[in-house]
Amino acid sequence: MAVVEEYYDVVVVGAGHAGCEAALAAARLGLSTIVFTVSIDSIALMPCNPNVGGSSKGHIVREVDALGGEMGKNIDKTFIQSKMLNESKGPAVHSLRAQADKKMYSQAMRETMEHTENLTIRQAEAADLIVENGRLTGIRTVSGAIYHCKAAVLCTGTYLKARCIYGDVSNPTGPNGLQAANHLTASLIEHGITVRRFKTGTPARVDGRTIDYSKMAEQFGDKVVVPFSFSTDPASVQKEQVSCWLTYTNEETHKIIRDNIDRSPLFTGVIEGTGPRYCPSIEDKVVKFPDKERHQVFIEPEGLYTTEMYLGGMSSSLPEDVQYAMYRTVPGLENVKIVRNAYAIEYDCIDPHQLKHSLEFKEISGLFSAGQINGSSGYEEAAGQGIIAGMNAALFCLGKEPVVLDRSQAYIGVLIDDLVTKETTEPYRMMTSRAEYRLVLRQDNADLRLRAIGHDAGLVSDEDYNKMLAKKECIDREVNRLKTTILGGNETVNAFMVKHGSTALNNGTSLSELMKRPELDYEKLAEIDPERPELPADIVEQVCIQIKYEGYIAKQEKQIENFKKLENKKLSPNFDYSTIKGLRKEAIQKLNKIKPASIGQAGRISGVSPADIAVLLVALKS
Amino acid sequence: MSRETSKTFAAIATAMSPGSIGIVRISGPESFDVIQRIFRPANAARFSKMETHTVHYGHILSETGAVIDEVMVLLMRGPKSFTAEDTVEIDTHGGILVTRQVLERVLSAGARVAEPGEFTKQAFLNGRVDLSEAEAVMDLINSKNAFAASAALSQLQGSVRNEIKSMRDVLLDAVAFIEAALDDPEHISLDGYSDELREKLEPMEKKIRKMIEDYQDGAVLKEGVKTVLLGKPNAGKSSLLNALLGQDRAIVTDIAGTTRDTLSEQVYIGGIGFEFTDTAGIRETQDVVETIGVERSISQAEGADLLLFVADASLPLDDNDRRILEILRQKKSLVLYNKTDLAPQLTIDELSKYCAADTILPVSAKTGEGMDAIKERLVAMFRAGELLYNDEVLITNARHKEALEMALGSLRQALEGIYGEVSEDFLTIDLLDAYEALGRITGETLDEDVADRIFEKFCMGK
Repeated sequence: MAVVEEYYDVVVVGAGHAGCEAALAAARLGLSTIVFTVSIDSIALMPCNPNVGGSSKGHIVREVDALGGEMGKNIDKTFIQSKMLNESKGPAVHSLRAQADKKMYSQAMRETMEHTENLTIRQAEAADLIVENGRLTGIRTVSGAIYHCKAAVLCTGTYLKARCIYGDVSNPTGPNGLQAANHLTASLIEHGITVRRFKTGTPARVDGRTIDYSKMAEQFGDKVVVPFSFSTDPASVQKEQVSCWLTYTNEETHKIIRDNIDRSPLFTGVIEGTGPRYCPSIEDKVVKFPDKERHQVFIEPEGLYTTEMYLGGMSSSLPEDVQYAMYRTVPGLENVKIVRNAYAIEYDCIDPHQLKHSLEFKEISGLFSAGQINGSSGYEEAAGQGIIAGMNAALFCLGKEPVVLDRSQAYIGVLIDDLVTKETTEPYRMMTSRAEYRLVLRQDNADLRLRAIGHDAGLVSDEDYNKMLAKKECIDREVNRLKTTILGGNETVNAFMVKHGSTALNNGTSLSELMKRPELDYEKLAEIDPERPELPADIVEQVCIQIKYEGYIAKQEKQIENFKKLENKKLSPNFDYSTIKGLRKEAIQKLNKIKPASIGQAGRISGVSPADIAVLLVALKS
Repeated sequence: MSRETSKTFAAIATAMSPGSIGIVRISGPESFDVIQRIFRPANAARFSKMETHTVHYGHILSETGAVIDEVMVLLMRGPKSFTAEDTVEIDTHGGILVTRQVLERVLSAGARVAEPGEFTKQAFLNGRVDLSEAEAVMDLINSKNAFAASAALSQLQGSVRNEIKSMRDVLLDAVAFIEAALDDPEHISLDGYSDELREKLEPMEKKIRKMIEDYQDGAVLKEGVKTVLLGKPNAGKSSLLNALLGQDRAIVTDIAGTTRDTLSEQVYIGGIGFEFTDTAGIRETQDVVETIGVERSISQAEGADLLLFVADASLPLDDNDRRILEILRQKKSLVLYNKTDLAPQLTIDELSKYCAADTILPVSAKTGEGMDAIKERLVAMFRAGELLYNDEVLITNARHKEALEMALGSLRQALEGIYGEVSEDFLTIDLLDAYEALGRITGETLDEDVADRIFEKFCMGK
């Protein structure tokens, strides 16, 4: 039988947030690339929350952008509300979040992909990996067509053998009723890939016309919007924004949930997959926090094109009638009409211990995977892996070294290292607490951290790269000026000090020292700093952070230095740990399974103790 | 150059027991500068101008100019020294106190305390120890790693270890709480948490300060061959111990706090320090479940350099005895065949099925028979190099002290942060630093030094 046969450098399976970044990265690096999607209308679909970013996720979006990815630019084009979160806290935890118009977001991404050279989009379902001598050589689709390639990136999201469940209703579909991908799992298993089953969930969507907003608190966007992308002109994103709304569950809601908990598919055993602890359903929250009198519910628009509203914080897999009953106990939702039921989704994913930090499979060269298939959750986590996998698939084709980010360079580095090293038994969600070095991994300096890496790989244009260099130079110059401008205790200066409740100067003090005083800041000091140049806001922000938190940043850098020492002690991927006398059995097992790239990584494997590391270090020396 | 990063290090190179000569060794580029600062030679020459391998007579002076000791100083210019770097040896009049004072003076004059085994390590790195020696070292390390890795831990008394562990728990809880609140502000609030944290950190700061003082007094770790007495409750361990202590009772030191967990006494036999631990807990649990007592003995036996099993000749062997005999095989050990004055139910022949016949010594605690033989055997074993002698006490003390000082520094900065009302997410940086520093003492912090720590047990201060 004649089948279609085509040749590409890179095949990307799936066009969600991981697949889009992967396909764009590969194509932009000049590789002929084809991306498969089960539905051409679901490119960059947001099947759950209608927003991008948020605590620590916003960091990832900016990192993707700094590396030359698309997510930040795409949300800048399509956001309908934007907010910088946690501004009352330190700069490490500031995080940008934007509400998206889901349809516009998807369309804009499709448009970008369609206008990207070297990129072909194809509606088709991948069915088989073609592997020859441990090397991936092609992908066969359900129709039998063969796409020969040098590298492939699997970004199957939640589609593999997906099942959507609420109450005792179980539909064999992917998210939003889209067709599931039922064939690829068998091929993965056939090629020795360990497959697991995870679950996640989404709340109901309701008709906005049936909501009484007067009982809720209105949530506005920021007056001055900060764009996600370092390439976006801030002036271009100042526009009219829509509001979100905040309301709360109450004891009545919780009672309904408790009374019906035995009807939850989690309890009846219908759901086998493991769900995310950190993105819990409302029934999980009620069980987990029995003393909590209420939980937040955010009402978020799905877009400008619709009256559909998303009920943030109330994902569920309870039966339809319970959903109605519990939603209608929430102030403002008394008469609400559901448009789409809340549901849990179960899907196949892989054990990411089979991956290298480059996201290439250890045992199948040329095969990469990214996103929810690797056991993560969230659009941003998917995009972060997608750009790395796509970039590395391309670099693999070009015979170049892969890009690997470590834990001190990026949240993406933390994400990937955690996935390939630690035990993740539930969908992995990024959190601020996962990044040990978060004070240097801020969202505001992602460009300073990562532009050079993106530029070296070829994804960041010279223009964007030079812009970053100029910015850096400008910051350094101003920091240096503030450190070397010494003020004496003259009358003007001390009058200024008195005015601001600060101690008068007896001897020469630099402006940077004065900035560290809690009662003073850069803005106030302008009065006694006549030499100050006119600087853009992003530069001033960096200058202030660098000076104000100098001590803490220095401490963190010291910690990073120690971290790097262990990270730079490399371990061979072919090493057989059972040959080392004195390692404990569990450690040998884990080390042989994961084959860590460095002593540092070995130390992060659960079940490997400091004593085992001591033995390893000695073995390394001899 | 700060003390932490100084390339010049020093340690006591001789066993710490009373009577012998004490040598303090300094190695590194600043060795001559350090000695110049603290030594008043009989002839007023500059060491940097002196010929290599010369000996100088004079006095070590304290910071205020008082004489600490009358000494001989030996100069060795690198690379013709053990470490291949400039080396100074100070021969003191010996004695624990004086040698320690000299070392402390050397440290205050710019050297840092040597990591255990650092002299050997430096020699190895500079190619002064050849490959076969190095390999032998590696084998030794490999075969001992399980023990070595827990060395730092096992040297600590239970009470100190538990205290450090509980402080680490508090620190980690605090970090976890702050981070959880950052990630889930809806459910976890940081309101008022700074005050709560301050109330936890202030007493911790005090506690660490107190511990540093204890380390200064040398009260935390004890030196000597770690010796554990095993055997049935009525086998006569206590009376044997008393008989052994006998005439030496006068120099037994009873260090406060050590008897809380176990009965532990120090005695010098033939000038060699032995730290005896009687597995005292067994007595109380005997009637309830004797096995609990046995388990406790076994865990103590793990950290010991020498095991003494007291076998009761008047009773046949039971399962617990056989378990203990099994453990004896894995360690340096002696079997004391006690109550030879009673009608035997257990013969030496029977015992020697489980252990080498020459390790069995017949004794009677009651009549005193065989006591001298035990002492002679212990001294002989030590002379033959069969016993590990825990003489890195001071060095370990100093390393622990350094770690405590780091922890203290980080805690203070965390407290300053709280007083200065910085955002909680900054506090985690200092809290983690304190946590890691304390982990260096218990051996739970994973760092590059962990390999160095292995050197601790095999060549201390040498």
